[in-house]
This record gives sequence, C-alpha cells and structure tokens, in this order.
Amino acid sequence: MTNKLRGVLPALTLASVVLAASPAAAYTVFVTNEKDNTISVLDSVKLEVVNTLKVGARPRGITLSRDNKWLLVCTSDDNRVEVYDAKTLAPVKHLPSGPDPELFIFHPSGNPLYIANEDDNLVTVVDVQNDKVLEEIPVGVEPEGMGISPDGKILVNTSETTNMAHFIDTATHKIFDNVLVDTRPRVAEFTPDGSQVWVSSEIGGTVTIIETATRKQLGKIKFEIQGITPDAIQPVGVRMTQDGKWAFVALGPANRIAIIDAKTFQVVKYVLVGQRVWQLGLTPDDKLLFTTNGTSNDVTVIDVEKQRAVKSIKVGRYPWGVVVAPF
Amino acid sequence: MAIAASARSAIRAALACAVVASAAAVVTAPSTTLAQEAQPPAVAPAATTREPGTQQITILLVRELVDRLPPLSLLDQPPKDDGIAGARLAIDDNNTTGRFLKQSFSLDTLEASDPAQLIADTVARVDKGAGFVVADVAPDTLVKLADALAGKQAVIFNTSAADERLREEDCRANVKHTAPSYSMLADGLGQYLAVKRWRNWLMVTGSNVDDKLWADALRRAAKRFGHKIVEEREFKYEVGSRRSDGGYEQIQQQIPSFLQGAAAHDIVIVADAARLFADYFPYRTWEARPVAGSAGLFATAWHPAVELWGGTQFQNRFKRLANRNMRPLDYNVWTAVRSVGEAATRRRSADAKDLISYMLTPEFEIAAFKGRKLTYRDWNGQLRQPLLVATDKLHVTVSPQPEFLHQFSELDTLGVDKPETRCRAYAK
Repeated sequence: MTNKLRGVLPALTLASVVLAASPAAAYTVFVTNEKDNTISVLDSVKLEVVNTLKVGARPRGITLSRDNKWLLVCTSDDNRVEVYDAKTLAPVKHLPSGPDPELFIFHPSGNPLYIANEDDNLVTVVDVQNDKVLEEIPVGVEPEGMGISPDGKILVNTSETTNMAHFIDTATHKIFDNVLVDTRPRVAEFTPDGSQVWVSSEIGGTVTIIETATRKQLGKIKFEIQGITPDAIQPVGVRMTQDGKWAFVALGPANRIAIIDAKTFQVVKYVLVGQRVWQLGLTPDDKLLFTTNGTSNDVTVIDVEKQRAVKSIKVGRYPWGVVVAPF
Repeated sequence: MAIAASARSAIRAALACAVVASAAAVVTAPSTTLAQEAQPPAVAPAATTREPGTQQITILLVRELVDRLPPLSLLDQPPKDDGIAGARLAIDDNNTTGRFLKQSFSLDTLEASDPAQLIADTVARVDKGAGFVVADVAPDTLVKLADALAGKQAVIFNTSAADERLREEDCRANVKHTAPSYSMLADGLGQYLAVKRWRNWLMVTGSNVDDKLWADALRRAAKRFGHKIVEEREFKYEVGSRRSDGGYEQIQQQIPSFLQGAAAHDIVIVADAARLFADYFPYRTWEARPVAGSAGLFATAWHPAVELWGGTQFQNRFKRLANRNMRPLDYNVWTAVRSVGEAATRRRSADAKDLISYMLTPEFEIAAFKGRKLTYRDWNGQLRQPLLVATDKLHVTVSPQPEFLHQFSELDTLGVDKPETRCRAYAK
C-alpha cells in the first residue's frame, strides 16, 4: 500500500492534494518489541503488521531523524543505537551511545542526538554525522525521559531514582536548573509552543506541568479511575497534538490512557487499551494515536477525534516504544 | 560501541572542573526551584572540600556481630559486607541526587558483639547529632536500643529482624521496619498457594525459637487464606559440622522416613528460620510433593535475579559496587538509607527532627524497585511492600496476589493489619 502510493503520488500532484485532505493518509508505524528483539512495522490505513525487522538486544526507545531518512533504535543490552534506512529498513550504521541507552531525542536542527544512559547516570550527546560522542552530561540516578524545546535551546532529562527534571542548556551542555517532581519520572514532553514541559511520574502517579521560562510548577494532574487502585495508575508516555489542544498520558498497569484538555489540565476521558500501556505515538496529522501495551503484546489504535479505541493489533512480545513516519 | 572507560572518566573529570569553574556564572534560580550547584559528579569520591551551605547527613549503620550457624549451602554463606554494601549503594544514590540540592550523605558503621556496648556507642553518637540509625541487630537488642534512644532526636530502621512482637506488643514509636515480618512473608506465600489451591499442608518445624515464630506466622496464614494443616511434625536437628565428606547417603534415608505415613497433603511446608536443614527436603520427600516455606518456594523482600520494574539497573549498580549479588539484607538496608535520602530531598533539609516527622506523614513514599510506591504503616512503622515468591533461581510470582483485595491497600493483605494490631506506641 505505502509503496504503491509512493509510486503514484509524484506523478499525480493533483491527486496528492486530494489525498492529503482525506482522513486516512497512510503512515508507517514502528513499534519496538523489547522481548523479541524486533521492530513491528504497521500500516496506519490497513491497521496491520506489514513487516517485522530483527534488531539488536532489548530494543526500547525508537525515533526518526528530523529529515525522516533514518530510523533509530536504542538496543539497550547491546549498548548502542542502531540506525536503519527508514524506508528500505536496510541497516545504515551503529552510533556510539554510552551504556544502556533507553530514550533519546534529536536537536530540532537534526543533530546532535541526546541519549539517556539509564545504567550510568549520564546523558550522552552524539554527533550523528561523524558518529562521535561530543559530551557526557552527569545527571541523576537512572536517567530516562528526554524532551527538547522546539527552539532547541533547552533539553530536559528526567532521572527515575533522583526524581528530578534536569534542565540542560544545549549550548553549554550544563544543567542550569533542577525541578523536583513526584517519584520515578519517566517521560518529559514540551508543549508544541515550548512554554511548558509535562513530566510523568510513574510511581508518584502524577503529571507535573512546569513552566519552561521560570521552572515553576503550573499544575499537577492526578488521575482517578473507578475500580482501579491508585497504586496501579502509573503515568509513563505523554504526547500532545500539534495544535496544543489535547494531551495523552499512558497509565501503565491501569490499562488506560487519559485524554487531557491541555489548556485546563483536566482529564476529559479515560480510554481502555491493552495491558501495561507505556509509550504513545501520534500520526503526523494527529488523527490516530498508537499505544504500546507491554504485557498484552499489542498496540491499541485510538481515533483522536472520536476519543475511542478503534482496534488492537497484535505485535511482538513486550512492545515498548513507538514512532510514526510521515510516509 | 561505547567509548573506552578511560576516555569516559577523562570526560567526567573535565566536566567536573568545568562545572566548578562555571558556578559563579549560574543565575540564581527562583526560590521554588532548586539552584544548580557545583559539586563534582557522584562518580568522584565524597567531596573533600565542601561548599559552604552544604547540608551534611550522616547515617549510622549499627551491626550486632552474632555467631550464627552457617547455612547448609555454600551458596548461602553471608558475605562480610552483608547489608553494608546495600547502605553504600544507597549513600551513592542519595549523593547523586544530593549534589543537585547541596546535600551530602555519609555512612558511619558501628559494629560490636556486645549489645550493651553497641547500644552505649549508638547513644553517644546520637547525642552528638546522628539522627538516623540503621540497625542490623538481634530482636532484644533492637528493643533495648529503641528504649535507650527514647525521647532523643533519632529514628531506628530495623532491617533484619522478622519477629512479629517488634511490630506488635514490643513496638516502639521510634522504630521503622524495612525488613518484612514473619507474618508478611507467610501471607505472601500463603496467598500464592491459595491461588494454586495447594490447600493441604504438611508442616515441618525446626526446634529453635525462631522456627516456632516462623511456624506461628505460617499457621496464621494457613487459617487466613483457607488452608488446612493436615499434620505437623517437629524436625529435631542435631547441628554437627556443616561439612563432611559424604552425608547425603544418610540424609537420603532420613528425610523420607521422617515424612513417612503422614496424612494426605498437597505440599510440605518447612519452617526453618535460619535455613539450617530445610534445603534437605526438596526431592527427598516420601510423597512426590513440592516443598515451600524455608526451602523450595519461599517469600522474600529481594532476590538477586529480579529484573522487574527497572531492577536491572539497580542490580547492576550494586554488582559494580560490591562485586556480588544483592541479598535481602542489602535491599532492606538500601531502602532504609534511601528513606532518609528521599525525606531529605523532599524537605530540602538535614534536620533530623524535621525529616523524622516528615517520614511519619501520609505524603511520605519511596520508589524501591517494587513497581509501586512503598509507604510505612502508620500503626506500627512497618514498610508496606510487595514480596517476591521465588525459588533459589528466579521469582515465581509477586504477592499480594490480585485475587486478594483490601479496602485501603492490597499491600495490607500481607501481615498484621490495622484492626488486628496490638501496637499502641503509634496510637499516641
């Protein structure tokens, strides 16, 4: 399907305009399977697995280069970042990553790549063109979440056992502020306008909203679901629509995602997905949200506008990370 | 691949210098946030030149050196730094966080075989300002130590004694327990056996005092979760030398004949608190039945093979530090020292009074690689925690089992619950 479309589109520019306006543009969804050492490749229209790629040991974080040419995977137990051609899936190279890479994020300019090394209390800065480690930034215990401001000036890393969001100046690679959040912060996500950073605390059970300019706490989202014990509500993945209206938070063993009005910080709906939902990926048109459900070995597809789950798709064992390519 | 270790440490050293050099240029952060400070990274040894304004927090590890009979298996020999290594890791973890908050943690260890001397030394340290006492001592010593420190600005963490009475009739308001109690361990196992419907227990109890306490907890769990103890037998074990050339030939005869003629049972439950004989039972029973309790399947606060809930990095950090596996005592001590660190972080304080009272509030919680927050019970100071139900190699499950519910916290299905407690010290 995607290949066919790619062949036809350049020839028919008029048709492409029509297609872009249609609700179901075809995207490619990549899901890492932590236990299988594979990536499941899904088609966002067919909503099925179209390919499975073997990768290194314990793939977790997954992202695309800013030009969408490369697919990058943290293969944590191989202590490296593997780079694949995002379209052909041919291996390109391995990047030096520091030990046990878990999550990473690109500078908006496309280089460098910032990697959280969970086992070594470091954030590693890697020049992806020259395959060189530029710097290692000491942070708290078990760094994981990585967020970068849209202007690329501020990097935020969360450390799980230190319980802080570290604000790092990307020009100097120095921490300039630390904000204490609730226990075991997993993910840091900037709002599209860069004015806020949302940090999920897995054990604390909250999402803290920090004002970027002042590092003051603007709000804290708590979750309450009837019939679910508070201890099982464990926020991890955070994603937002580009218009800044909606935020989505994956709630781990509560087996639900929360849909949040990003302006008022109010939860408007909980959507039941698979078991132990951790990471989230939005399609580039913000119409579909994919959730990785670790212990039920599937991803759930959520229709963003209708705010409901439309399908669950079986992938490999212990799906962990997800990223959606604009092709 | 990762860059070479030497290159990495060179980068670290350079970084440390750079951070110190740039300290003056750091803009003062608003009061609601935490100013970046210029301590070298935690990988460096404890800072020798401390910045003015750094909060110093000393944790006192108090160990009673007890002559214990060696466990049966060579694999179970306790290392010399059992517990100490857990404290060192927690101090490192606290310091990695502390360097962002101008807090510095250090460990002081007191060891003695004479309880009176150990208590006197501890009191002297507390009088000089040490507020956090992490204890690996005998039950009687713990009670005496708590009484000696009553009214002083100090809290004690019990990291090793499972005795119920320390949480119940002999509880003290200045003691917290990171070690699970016998009843928690028994309930963790009992819940899983209920889920498996292995209901009929043949119980074998050792003749030591601790074995009786452990057996009491197992009997309580049996009643609580609907099991039936079909028969109890006391195993009178003559402790000889642990090693001898040969020995298995006799054991192979003794154990089956000891269990011969028992009432029909699903499982053999062995209560041997010190693991002096329980490991003789698996595969030597008269009937083909599994063994649980002190050998075979057992409940524990920590297991060296656990990689759940981010445990991999935790185990790795420990192994790099101690060159061995993490044992339950190390974990209990780590949790105690981290509790102090967590309180200091949240309160941004080194004041013992402040931190001790904060640790008594419902807000206080810690993350300790158990997949959910851990808190202290407000009626007896016991740490609520999930327990691993495991074999020697690997965990089999984690209790509480989802089938057992509770009106406040499922973790309170393990051990003595609030309506049942005989502890009165916390009621005040």
